[in-house]
Amino acid sequence: MKVWLGVLASTLILWQSASALPQIQSWTTDDGTRVYFAPSDELAMVDVAISLDAGSERDGSLAGLSTLTHSLLDKGAANMDADAIAARFEDVGAQYGTSVSLDRSMITLRSLSDETLFQSAVDTLLKVIAKPSFPQRDFEREKNRLLIAIQNGQQNPSDIISKAFYAAIYEKHPYAQSGQGSAESVQTIQRSDIEDFYQQYFIANTAVVAIVGDLTRDQAEQLATNISQALASGQPIPKDMLVADSTPKSKQEHIVFPSQQAHVRIGQLGVARGDPDYFSLYVGNHVLGGGGFTSRLVEEVRSKRGLSYSVYSYFMPLQQPGPFMIGLQTRADQAQQALQVCLDVLDKYQSEGPSEAELELSKRNIISGFPLRIDSNRDVLGYLSMIGYYQLPLSYLADFSAKIEAVSVEDVRQAFRKHIDLDSLVTVIVGNEAAAK
Amino acid sequence: MMKFIVAANVALIAVLSIANATAQVSTHILDNGLKVIVKEDHRAPVVTSQVWYKVGSAQEYGGITGVSHILEHMMFKGTPSYPAGQFSEILARVGARDNAFTGKDYTAYFQVMAVSHLETSFQLESDRMAHLTLDAAEFAKEIEVVKEERRLRTEDNPNALTYEQFMATAFNSSAYHNPIVGWMNDLDNMQVEDLSLWYQRYYAPNNATLVVVGDVDPKQVFSLAEQYYGQLPAREVNYHKPRIEAPQVGQRRVEIKAVARLPYLLMGYKVPVLNTIEDRSEAYALAVLAGILDGGRSSRLSKYLVREQEIAASSGAGYSLYAAQDSLFLFDGTPRSGTSVDQLQAAIEVQIEQLKNELVSVAELQRVKAQVVASETYQLDSVQRQAYILGSLETVGLGWQSMQHYSREINKVDADAVRAVARKYLISDKQTIAVLTPVGEQSELAKNER
Repeated sequence: MKVWLGVLASTLILWQSASALPQIQSWTTDDGTRVYFAPSDELAMVDVAISLDAGSERDGSLAGLSTLTHSLLDKGAANMDADAIAARFEDVGAQYGTSVSLDRSMITLRSLSDETLFQSAVDTLLKVIAKPSFPQRDFEREKNRLLIAIQNGQQNPSDIISKAFYAAIYEKHPYAQSGQGSAESVQTIQRSDIEDFYQQYFIANTAVVAIVGDLTRDQAEQLATNISQALASGQPIPKDMLVADSTPKSKQEHIVFPSQQAHVRIGQLGVARGDPDYFSLYVGNHVLGGGGFTSRLVEEVRSKRGLSYSVYSYFMPLQQPGPFMIGLQTRADQAQQALQVCLDVLDKYQSEGPSEAELELSKRNIISGFPLRIDSNRDVLGYLSMIGYYQLPLSYLADFSAKIEAVSVEDVRQAFRKHIDLDSLVTVIVGNEAAAK
Repeated sequence: MMKFIVAANVALIAVLSIANATAQVSTHILDNGLKVIVKEDHRAPVVTSQVWYKVGSAQEYGGITGVSHILEHMMFKGTPSYPAGQFSEILARVGARDNAFTGKDYTAYFQVMAVSHLETSFQLESDRMAHLTLDAAEFAKEIEVVKEERRLRTEDNPNALTYEQFMATAFNSSAYHNPIVGWMNDLDNMQVEDLSLWYQRYYAPNNATLVVVGDVDPKQVFSLAEQYYGQLPAREVNYHKPRIEAPQVGQRRVEIKAVARLPYLLMGYKVPVLNTIEDRSEAYALAVLAGILDGGRSSRLSKYLVREQEIAASSGAGYSLYAAQDSLFLFDGTPRSGTSVDQLQAAIEVQIEQLKNELVSVAELQRVKAQVVASETYQLDSVQRQAYILGSLETVGLGWQSMQHYSREINKVDADAVRAVARKYLISDKQTIAVLTPVGEQSELAKNER
């Protein structure tokens, strides 16, 4: 009995690990759109995400342009107005949305997979991406709403510091601009700018489609083909490249704001997607400030001193080097103390690296927790979009645990020394005068 | 031990899940009164385990507001078997995500993890159900963390500050009057002894529900629950005194001045909830009414107030039929530039009048129902979400089965029922209005605040 159980268990473990990973199928449509499909028939639903090379870094001098363009897609298309489009999605229980980040934008659709309902939802989606009409009145209204959203951000210290931090570390590069834009930049956007932006960046040959859910391969192929045909083919436009030498050396900025807490952010440029040191930095940062209660920053700032409710650090890899940052919030008169604790932790970590035990704990946490990263269709959709857009290997998820396991203390130490320069840290504080003392 | 049991059952479970697409819910009550609810979801080799205690800010009285929430924080600060730091480290090692949340009617703790580590969760969670240390030195640091949380979420967030004052105005004798995080004064004067008393009163297996959702066999979960939670003694929990809100007899209005850029309007009507209502179909009709007003971009507030009249930059409505006590049918909104809060309020009230006078269209009603049906499938994409619904329903006294009735009951609602609840409940004598008036950063208020 014992032997039998043992054999069964090991067979099952194989079966389990094979089935736990989404089976990713990938192809390119005739129009050049790359497609990533993970079939999953357990729930009668489908998730679709279209990633476009139309992130806010494409805004140029009109910061907010991508955000405004995306908010207008469903405000008029083919011969439907905003009311008709919203009703057509919602009549079949579908959920349509858009999001804009620095590198890319996403248009998402979640629908039941029932054929009639799904076809109706997809039909509306195709019209929205193929024939948006950007009606003048909707343009004026959405512009006004974006200006209000910007004002809303200005009464929120965490929004203020986020914008200030990116501006401080990226200076002239497009990553410096907020996706919302500023009151000044949004005011100057004209309806024709929206049309131009759509023409230039909503193109099939740079689009990436991710599909997860209850579709056959044939259905997924048809869907992807329809999406890529709905987009025009166009000329990919080169991006503004980040010149590493032009990034700032150490600087401190204090933005006076009448909040009770001061928000503090420390950081600099980190690494790009696909950087060979990424996994060393990822695991290393888990020990530093990415691993919650077992991380050094939480231990020193929150658990030992009660200075902050939240304190964290992370690398955000982008197409070009993304930021590395540490963040926290604390009562204004404690800001300098908390800042110093973080700098001391970083300084010590930079010179010594993690202990073997700390590294091991982080590796166990990341590897044992791996199934949680892909336990829902929504999670898998996110990974497919990321793998597709950044052209990471299809085996990214399959390789993930081995890459984490391979990281050594020395790898972390070297990677932190190579990528974090303690002499060029940028510090931003948002808070009242007490935060400066 | 658990690892083996789970592995041996995997094949069987895989077959079952294909045969039985609609997940089963199984329940079992241990001898000490702990109710265990298990929902199978075999899509991924993961599980979530949640323990829900029937205590929240609604049990708190003057002077100790926020005690449920601080106790939740202190639950991570150690027991004799697992001293401070051990709890988080053990769970980190097995890759679990763990956290907790406190509401008006509950305090809940959860772990999500690979299914083979469920036993670790039970071991730690059952231990802290009965053996919390509540060390004074740890408390002294943690209360500062909680004050920082309050500053972050409330003091420096004008809309949240408005909501806090709004609730304190709408509710007098019910403890829905108090913020979940507690008033700053009470946090300043909180003692670790207040937490001990709270822990003694409410943290008992017979005052809790264990909810497990994921790739598990219910029988195995029940026996594991027996093994760990079954050892804890039941204790008498009889401190609960009903605190029914005194009837509201006229409109209430409150103004909040804060450093802000944008005005904000909150409006609420006292309404019963599923738990308190005489005719339950009315609660479902109120939920449909909320959907007509704010169920997506096609709903009335978006269509008329945002797009057609261009009065609101944003506007919403909501009704939580699963609260334990009478609650509020809520409206909120930010006027667009050039429009006042008063105009926005008037425009919302025109919408309300229309709902009282005219029947909603068949198309609108169908749309709300289609969205409800679809979201029942969508929510199956998250084990956490499923467990949350089961746990909250059970904890407020409705029973987890209410979840299964939801779309059926919503489907029964017709246009007459929607109009009837609008007429009955959305009346000005039961209305509370809160308005955020922004003041500049250089104003006297801003100086005095510090």
